[in-house]
Amino acid sequence: MSSFWSWFISIIAVLSFIGCYLMIRWTSRRRAGEANEGEVTGHTWDEDLQELNNPLPAWWLWMFYITIVFGLVYMALYPALGRFEGIFNWSQKDQYEAEVAAAEARFAPIFAAYAKQPIPQLAGDAAAMRAGQRLFLNYCAQCHGSSATGAVGFPNLTDEDWLYGGTPEAIKTSILKGRQGMMPPMAAALGGDENVEDVAHYVLSLSGAPHDAAKAAAGKAKFGACAGCHGPDGKGSLAMGNPIMGAPNLTDGVWLHSNGPSLEAVMTAIREGRSGEMPAHEALLGEDKVHLLAAYVYSLSHNP
Amino acid sequence: MESQQTYNYTVVRQFAVMTVIWGVVGLLVGVVIAAQLAWPALNFDIPWLTYSRLRPLHTNAVIFAFGGSALFATSYYVVQRTCQTRLFAGGLAAFTFWGWNLIILLAAISLPLGWTSGKEYAELEWPIDILITLVWVAYAIVFFGTIARRKVQHIYVANWFFGAFIITVAVLHIVNSAALPVSLTKSYSVYAGTIDAMVQWWYGHNAVGFFLTAGFLGIMYYFIPKQAERPIYSYRLSVVHFWTLIAIYMWAGPHHLHYTALPDWAQSLGMVFSLLLLAPSWGGMINGIMTLSGAWHKLRTDPILRFLIVSLSFYGMSTFEGPMMSIKTVNALSHYTDWTIGHVHSGALGWVGLVSMGAMYFLIPRVFNRDGMYSKKLIEVHFWTATIGIVLYIAAMWIAGVMQGLMWRAVNDDGTLTYSFVESLEATFPYYVVRLLGGLLYLFGMLVMLYNVIKTISGAKAPEAVPQSA
Repeated sequence: MSSFWSWFISIIAVLSFIGCYLMIRWTSRRRAGEANEGEVTGHTWDEDLQELNNPLPAWWLWMFYITIVFGLVYMALYPALGRFEGIFNWSQKDQYEAEVAAAEARFAPIFAAYAKQPIPQLAGDAAAMRAGQRLFLNYCAQCHGSSATGAVGFPNLTDEDWLYGGTPEAIKTSILKGRQGMMPPMAAALGGDENVEDVAHYVLSLSGAPHDAAKAAAGKAKFGACAGCHGPDGKGSLAMGNPIMGAPNLTDGVWLHSNGPSLEAVMTAIREGRSGEMPAHEALLGEDKVHLLAAYVYSLSHNP
Repeated sequence: MESQQTYNYTVVRQFAVMTVIWGVVGLLVGVVIAAQLAWPALNFDIPWLTYSRLRPLHTNAVIFAFGGSALFATSYYVVQRTCQTRLFAGGLAAFTFWGWNLIILLAAISLPLGWTSGKEYAELEWPIDILITLVWVAYAIVFFGTIARRKVQHIYVANWFFGAFIITVAVLHIVNSAALPVSLTKSYSVYAGTIDAMVQWWYGHNAVGFFLTAGFLGIMYYFIPKQAERPIYSYRLSVVHFWTLIAIYMWAGPHHLHYTALPDWAQSLGMVFSLLLLAPSWGGMINGIMTLSGAWHKLRTDPILRFLIVSLSFYGMSTFEGPMMSIKTVNALSHYTDWTIGHVHSGALGWVGLVSMGAMYFLIPRVFNRDGMYSKKLIEVHFWTATIGIVLYIAAMWIAGVMQGLMWRAVNDDGTLTYSFVESLEATFPYYVVRLLGGLLYLFGMLVMLYNVIKTISGAKAPEAVPQSA
């Protein structure tokens, strides 16, 4: 802030307070020639509208004075007058940082202790899992749901089906670093839009979902373009030993982008591709809390 | 009939009738979205019935359609009568009526279609904003032109408030709505980031301060002494609370942005000026309520006076609550909760709503040349349903708001949050239902008023007025 604006703000703010004070001083006294208490001022509007000239109520005046004094004191103690930082040298940033530091000092040891235990062991610790669930409800439930069963586009975390692996390390990495799931539009690679429906029927046939057998057979011939990521048998990138690609297993009847098998959803995926992002939480939560969260997610499908 | 020729009552009649009609419409939309908050499926998956589109329709309808019409009607009536002269530029006055209602119609079409500038209480897109500016300039010419040719020397206090409201709303509207159009239906604010937020809440809070407070204080200053048949309590109090109110309100906007990217100094100034605003606000309440001294007994028999006086109690309550909520430590609890909604509605339903209704019950029989309203009993019914409705609404939102604030900040021994957001939502559900009930009662009262007004204008005589044969 330039010193011009600093002075501009300060002068107007202080003058407003002084103005209020002068205004009430000026009006709280009766001057010569004014109507006395209980008498009308002498003006009449619209036949019968008149005004008395009663004095300002004392309690109201005092309330006004108190707010003026409070305001002036506050402006001296806290940042208000332009660049002047106030006698207390307070700022919301400092307050925030102090509160975070205090919370860290108090709570960090609890999570540091959890972080020393292996994830499968934590998953069997009821107290640790209550804390893990509370973290999950506040940081994860928005996408994966309060019951962790997911939603369209957001994976179910309670089943045995994993895009990036269900080992403690894989789950922890997913939360810490995030994941990028990207399927490119495939119609051109399949040799044109007319083949999309055939391949979709073939994809549906892989998990035994209702499909058109003739179209599926035609689609099978084109599936080679998909095999690079989903594998020649459609069992997904994880089955091929690739833990970072995230290409889903198409044979298990788990559907990420629709509720149950859907020809339309599969065709949309092939035509337009899909893009999913699990954001990284390392900076937000720190590794210790992520460790506990990973244990909670692990516990959902590994009941001890 | 003499006054019918002396004064321009046509435009007053038009705005008075539309006040009641837009009141019913605005409250109905409010009841719908209150129901949607309790049962979200009530949008039936139809885009223009979604909460996000109906909410701005509700706020625009109650503030600008209902409140605006009440202000036009009363200010045109009051300025003529207290200046003892006919309204200046009758053609322009007619333009303000048709223009204002066209704006409301365009709002009712464009907001459900999703055309919005995204600025709260200023959602209408730029072509409509230009029309608002034109109508408002016409309004100012009519109002101040009438003042200029007044036949009495002094300007009555109600007109100070109406005048301040007209000038300030013009400034607020033009500054906040400044935008770069990219098409007929879309524009972007010329301000960016924190400055945009600050301009928005400078506008937003002064829309409350000048549209919903100064304007309605103008109503109060005419209709309370008229209905009570008593002089205003204190001329001096009028002077001091008028000048301090309009000077200090300008500063209070930053209290909407506590603990945000807004610089600390602006937040502090917003808070201390909000506290400073308490006394000027209460000055108006004292002046109105004390006008009744010597005539308290009239409250027992006169439901119109009861509307006006109870509105002032709600005004006093919400202008005490507002400064308290602007204190940073209180705000840290109340911000983003339904407490804010409760606060707004104790002002909107209690103060703005009741004072407008009281003024309309006074004004409508006079401008339509009737002896009085069709049924006094129905005014009583309206008063009680409205009052009970307000109490249910604000009590529900107070409890819900404080509960939400406490739930959101509750932490366990390990520092994790005790409640997830959805748990606070679940806990709020019963209060949303009570709020809906309060809203329904308030809407019912408004429908009773509509019936009473129709009967009054059509010249019917209430059964209670007909002598009963034994």
